[in-house]
Amino acid sequence: MSTRLATGGRLLNKSKPVTFQFNGKQMSGFEGDTLASALLANDQMLVGRSFKYHRPRGIVAAGPEEPNGLVNLGDDGKFEPNARVTTTELFDGLSAQSQNHWPSLEFDVGAINKHLSRFLPAGFYYKMFIHPRPFWKYVYEPIIRHSAGLGRAPKTRDQDTYEHFYAFCDVLVIGGGVAGLEAARSAALSGARVTVIEQTAHWGGRTPVDGGEINGAPAQDWIDATLAELQGMENVTLRTRTMGAGVYDHGYVLGYEQLSDHAPHKAGPRHRLWRIRAGHIITATGAIERPLSFAGNDIPGVMLAASVRDYVVNYGVSVGDRTVVVTNNDDAYLTAIALKHAGLDVPVILDARVLALDSDAMAQAKALGIRVLMGHAISSVKGGKRVTGVEVCSQAGEGAVLEEISCDAVAMSGGWSPVVHLWSHCGGKLVWNTANACFNPDPDHAPKGADGSQFVTTAGAASGSFQLDDLLNDAFAAADGVLRCLGMKLPKGAKSSKGERREEAPMAPVWLMPQGASVKLREKAWLDYQNDVKVSDVRLAAQEGFVSVEHAKRYTTLGMATDQGKLSNINGLATLAGALGEDIPAVGTTTFRPPYHPISMASIGGEARGVAFQPIRRTPMHDWHEANGAQWEPVGQWRRPYAYRQGDESTHDAVMREVTNTREKMGLLDASTLGKLVVKGPDAGKFLDMLYTNMMSTLKIGKCRYGLMCSDNGFLIDDGVVARIDEDTWLCHTTTGGAESIHAHMEEWLQTEWWDWKVYVANVTEQYAQIAVVGPNARKALEKLGGMDVSKDALAFMEWTDGELGGFKCRVYRISFSGELSYEIAVDANHGQAFWDALMVAGNDLGVMPYGTECLHILRAEKGFIMIGDESDGTVIPQDLNLHWALSKKKEDYLGKRAHQRSHMADPNRWKLVGLETTDGSVLPDGAYAVGEGTNENGQRNMIGRVTSSYHSPTLGKGIAMGLVHNGPDRMGEVLEFPGTDGKTYSARIVDPVFYDKEGEKQNV
Amino acid sequence: MLIVSCPCCGITAEETEFHAHGEAHITRHTVGSTDDQMETYLFMRKNPKGVHFERWRHQNGCGKWFHMARDTMTLEVFGTYSAQTYEPPEKLLAEIDAKRPGWRDTA
Amino acid sequence: MSDPVSALKNAAYNAGIAEISELGAVGMITLRGDLSAKVLQKAAVAAAGVNVPDQRQILTEGQGGMAWMSPDELLIMCAYEDANAKLADLQEKLAKTHALAVNVSDARAVFEVRGPDAREVMAKLAPVDLAPDQFTTGMFRRSRLAQVPTAFWMPQEDTFRLICFRSVAQYVFDVLCAAAQPGSEVEYF
Repeated sequence: MSTRLATGGRLLNKSKPVTFQFNGKQMSGFEGDTLASALLANDQMLVGRSFKYHRPRGIVAAGPEEPNGLVNLGDDGKFEPNARVTTTELFDGLSAQSQNHWPSLEFDVGAINKHLSRFLPAGFYYKMFIHPRPFWKYVYEPIIRHSAGLGRAPKTRDQDTYEHFYAFCDVLVIGGGVAGLEAARSAALSGARVTVIEQTAHWGGRTPVDGGEINGAPAQDWIDATLAELQGMENVTLRTRTMGAGVYDHGYVLGYEQLSDHAPHKAGPRHRLWRIRAGHIITATGAIERPLSFAGNDIPGVMLAASVRDYVVNYGVSVGDRTVVVTNNDDAYLTAIALKHAGLDVPVILDARVLALDSDAMAQAKALGIRVLMGHAISSVKGGKRVTGVEVCSQAGEGAVLEEISCDAVAMSGGWSPVVHLWSHCGGKLVWNTANACFNPDPDHAPKGADGSQFVTTAGAASGSFQLDDLLNDAFAAADGVLRCLGMKLPKGAKSSKGERREEAPMAPVWLMPQGASVKLREKAWLDYQNDVKVSDVRLAAQEGFVSVEHAKRYTTLGMATDQGKLSNINGLATLAGALGEDIPAVGTTTFRPPYHPISMASIGGEARGVAFQPIRRTPMHDWHEANGAQWEPVGQWRRPYAYRQGDESTHDAVMREVTNTREKMGLLDASTLGKLVVKGPDAGKFLDMLYTNMMSTLKIGKCRYGLMCSDNGFLIDDGVVARIDEDTWLCHTTTGGAESIHAHMEEWLQTEWWDWKVYVANVTEQYAQIAVVGPNARKALEKLGGMDVSKDALAFMEWTDGELGGFKCRVYRISFSGELSYEIAVDANHGQAFWDALMVAGNDLGVMPYGTECLHILRAEKGFIMIGDESDGTVIPQDLNLHWALSKKKEDYLGKRAHQRSHMADPNRWKLVGLETTDGSVLPDGAYAVGEGTNENGQRNMIGRVTSSYHSPTLGKGIAMGLVHNGPDRMGEVLEFPGTDGKTYSARIVDPVFYDKEGEKQNV
Repeated sequence: MLIVSCPCCGITAEETEFHAHGEAHITRHTVGSTDDQMETYLFMRKNPKGVHFERWRHQNGCGKWFHMARDTMTLEVFGTYSAQTYEPPEKLLAEIDAKRPGWRDTA
Repeated sequence: MSDPVSALKNAAYNAGIAEISELGAVGMITLRGDLSAKVLQKAAVAAAGVNVPDQRQILTEGQGGMAWMSPDELLIMCAYEDANAKLADLQEKLAKTHALAVNVSDARAVFEVRGPDAREVMAKLAPVDLAPDQFTTGMFRRSRLAQVPTAFWMPQEDTFRLICFRSVAQYVFDVLCAAAQPGSEVEYF
């Protein structure tokens, strides 16, 4: 059984016991424990079930590479699925639940799959669930979805907050082990701005566990001293609990800081995503131990050797009373020695190697009385939910059992692989290292930055330097090289720290144990614990032709679990290479993609949630609208009132009331969102003549003109009223969505094509609150406010003037988008609400009511006025909308003019704007298509037109619509069929798009 | 995410301050041009694997347009320069020649 | 004429790691033209009460001030109620010059972020190096704050002023308050 030892546990504060729950069971641990160490201390080795076969799974590792120990953490607003027990720091009151089992962890129905494992090989899902097609949606997917998945999805809203932080430095060191600290110390000596981030809560990495001296003193002393030195330097920032999640182009790094996961009651954000821009990045990310592939290597109690050591030394936890060590290298001997020193039994070390001489570690182990069997291997591990023993065989053979040894834990080591993820994220290549049987970063193919030079350098074990002296030298050299890249340098006399060297015997690559393991054994030799991929699966993939590593990965799902193959990838590659008869480097690796380790989605969102999810643009009268029943319509980022509901009325009824009231009495529209661009300069007229399809240079001062804008492709992009302010100044109104884009469009032409033209543009959209006062009583209301003459003679239709109304300085435009008598009045935004209030008072006995965008739409549709975005969609040209009158024939050139002559644009068969009226007065579905005779090559009915706008007109008491129809204007009176998505077919007659006041008398009074 | 230097205001900032607007140095064809010229002007773009000249705007900054020479494969930025020019500066072209010999043959 | 009402009516937040406040109506005039032209410089200096600032700089004096916006644009600041008179004066002085001056006082909102952690609050939202030796008083930076364009400067150490569009004032206030929430000190600068 696994238990807490009486002594040891360098990371624990044994004076601070904490209690927690696992699957409802009360357990205890200490401050400083991880959830994994605390579970093991409570003899909870079994922590979950595997993905496919629901096999019992125990803790394998002690760090982020852990594939099995995933739990649902917390409740309600603090709920988090798939939390890794090895990286979860224990706190008082922690509550965890194991995942992927039903009804319980101990007894799981899905485990039946393991008896079917012969029938569930790699690619099973692809092969089995392909026919018949209708089953995909209704049978297979629901079944697979039900049985798949690990953690539960949260049901309640996350109650925590998250934030970003932009940081800049010369050198970013990722990893706070001894190599990271040495690199940081060295780089900082130059005065460079250095930031060091470490994913755990502790500095020094695994060196304090592994032992060895630095500069002649215990490693921990050096770590403490170096840390103190760094803390004392102004130019150094140190952050623990901050993981380097990804390296991106041009020195961009995402750092993931967990602020309160270990202390959930702490105020402030839970996670902080550091958006770091570094001159150079040093990845001192260490190395990860590889498992060995032998039958039963997934039975709870089989763990990585160094992790077994970590639990003993860091947490005072023994994972078993009797631990068999199985290895192909010297490092695992340290585990045997550590266990022995802790008073635990190590019945045997099975070393797959055959060596002529004993190395230091072997000699030391033997001196402690540990039995060492060279050239030996595990044939099979015995046990179900817990290891009970191992069957020993010869590594060279096929697995014939020589001896059975009882034990309750197995510590395995297949060698070490540098953590190259961050090196590789942005293009760093790898090179195969034969001596250590791993991929090392290839310094000749480093990631390249903005100036084309290297911007990532590895240090220490991440470079493939595993010996203490080597890795410190490597870290120092890394810092030296990085400073040179940055044009800085180490001070004279700066020296590398000196690490102790341990004489080691070479490791031997072992990809399968025993070497000639039978099919029966291979089917129980796991590569990927979380996704249940075995040696036999990878071989099958190769046999079935998935010879590319990227294909084999996807076919088998090797390395595709939440651990992203940290333990399984190299073993998987080697297995694939073996099956293909190729060298491992020839097979290559799959692509490393960020993040290194899963990060919370909420941290990526940062502050962008709730009210701040996106900017909501508000007009000066926003609060009034809100308080007066506005139903909001998003228009870009603006919120505009769609309609103002009164009492219990429906939104539809409100719209109908607003239309009728505006036509009969008076309505107010908040038009502040329309774009307003001032264009000024000696060449402004010439410039506007290029931008608008019609002539603007001839517009008289004091007059307004409706204009169209096309892109140089000829497509209609915007429209609006232009007012001539003075000799060289025009004010251009754009659509609500067009303010920024048309401003940019103007500046683009001015800066990149006609840069010698003397024109300045300013966007003054938000300077003004603009209110449309519309309806037969509009003039009376303004006259009540008083201050200027707003009569027809003083201010005729399509004129503007500056003046005062009710004491408000304003600019009044007599323009109409409704067909009614209408004034659009602009006042300074800071007076907008007061002016609106004054209008409401002035209009009180004239029947004033505010109206929203839907009313605006109906008013304009009744008049046959087009709306950008409804009648236009980026493929429509003015000619399609019968706007030929707005296309100047006098002008030699304007944007879009030449494009309109292209064959497709000049084609007489284009769809053109018409009015549509249903034969029964109902409302046509917006967007419905008209169908014609015959079918196209896909057997679909031919389409001859579509509805672009459709409303119920209360003025006319029937449905009205506009649409684009093939040869539409030539087909007046014809009835078209529009199949709706509701299964009905609508019949509508082609009519003139101007439904109301065809002569335009009402607006011109 | 790229870092970009704006030649108009002198700021070096991350890409989120900027907006890319496609290929630079496109000749505007208009009234009097042939259909082929119009097709080239409106639709034909280089999309090279390597050296590319682009138009960018310092959107969340000084608001100005400028040009950038960039390697689309390595994302190396060779330089940024004024938008008020019909072709890249000679000095910049010489630097690109030195870094990417033969690039003109494939551009 | 009514009393001017700024976007957030001087809203303030004082419960976090920095104090956030909307400063109310501020006079602002956008001036576009040839910044090297003497006539323009003279007119701008007369309106702002300070010299023309260098590239990416700001100069202030009382309520007056001038910021460099782009190679052909300055932002003149003054008391809100003086803006129209100053604009008229500018337009008169520049009548014969190719230049554009417009009143943008109402188009903007102005915020202040104060306190020893002000740099950190700003650095959570703007992709700008705000280290004390990198961003100093007198500098004027146009960038983005979370998702909207903004311009900011430090009138003094521990204080930022920032300008955004009026329509997004509430958004800016919301993100600033979130960035200043209690317990969110970064302890970086």
